[in-house]
Amino acid sequence: MPSPQQHLDTLQDIRKIMERSSRFLSLSGLSGVAAGILALAGAGLARWILADYHAANPDPGLFTTQAIYQLKLRLLLLALGVLGTALAAAFYFTRRRALRTGRPLWDASSRNLLTSLLIPLVSGGLYLLAMLQYGEWRLVAPGCLIFYGLALVNASRYTLTDVRYLGLLEILLGLVNTQLPEYGLYFWAAGFGILHVTYGIIMWFKYERSEPAQPAR
Amino acid sequence: MKNPITGLNKIFESRIRLGVMSTLMVNEEISFNDLKRVLDVTDGNLATHLVNLEENGYIKVHKGFVGRKTNTTYTITKAGEKAFREHIDALEAMIRAMK
Repeated sequence: MPSPQQHLDTLQDIRKIMERSSRFLSLSGLSGVAAGILALAGAGLARWILADYHAANPDPGLFTTQAIYQLKLRLLLLALGVLGTALAAAFYFTRRRALRTGRPLWDASSRNLLTSLLIPLVSGGLYLLAMLQYGEWRLVAPGCLIFYGLALVNASRYTLTDVRYLGLLEILLGLVNTQLPEYGLYFWAAGFGILHVTYGIIMWFKYERSEPAQPAR
Repeated sequence: MKNPITGLNKIFESRIRLGVMSTLMVNEEISFNDLKRVLDVTDGNLATHLVNLEENGYIKVHKGFVGRKTNTTYTITKAGEKAFREHIDALEAMIRAMK
């Protein structure tokens, strides 16, 4: 007759397998920290570019299309640069964690995570580009936060449930920002910078600090 | 299949078969290779257990192609879901009784 302990072990096995097979748990907190720091650096640089523009064009009523065009281009390139480096850093730390714990990086759970994240994110991104196309720039920063938050809430089903709270906070921040559009850059820095760094540090302490390293099979 | 005294399902006494069922409870569909990685078992070992589960009507096999490579995927059947739930309920009841 098996002991209660054996039954408990079996139940725990089942739970672990269910979780491991449906959720991608290698997402590293350090990915969040790195992305957050890059976002803060990007926001600082954007502020500098804007200050530079205002210094060169002190009268807001008097501007040349050439100067505005150049400003927009610089900010757009900066945003894409931040996005690219943040994604690369996030990928690097998550890959490192997957390798260290011997868990697969590319499987059904990471595929599900990526598709559920990318559908709201890419559609939101294209929508915001269309807004820029028609000169509607004021709601771009809150839009970034809201679409990103929705993507996180959607993707949290396939990874750590904590991601859901990060997503909800991003949405909240974005909605508040719609009422204060002139502070877009600050909200953007808070949502993508400070929230990411805080979230990343909490996740690292909660899950990774005491995680045993396991060589890949 | 069911043990009349404990209510535990004999088929799920194997850790691998139980693992396959656990995975399929939370994944609509899963490929052979993903299953192998989740459970950390060899090809031959997994294949034997999958045939057993299929013969008992607990899982369904779908053969397809990705490009030219065969891609076999598995889904759980209604009967499989029911059997798995009953097994878990029995486990729970036993733990409660023995405490």
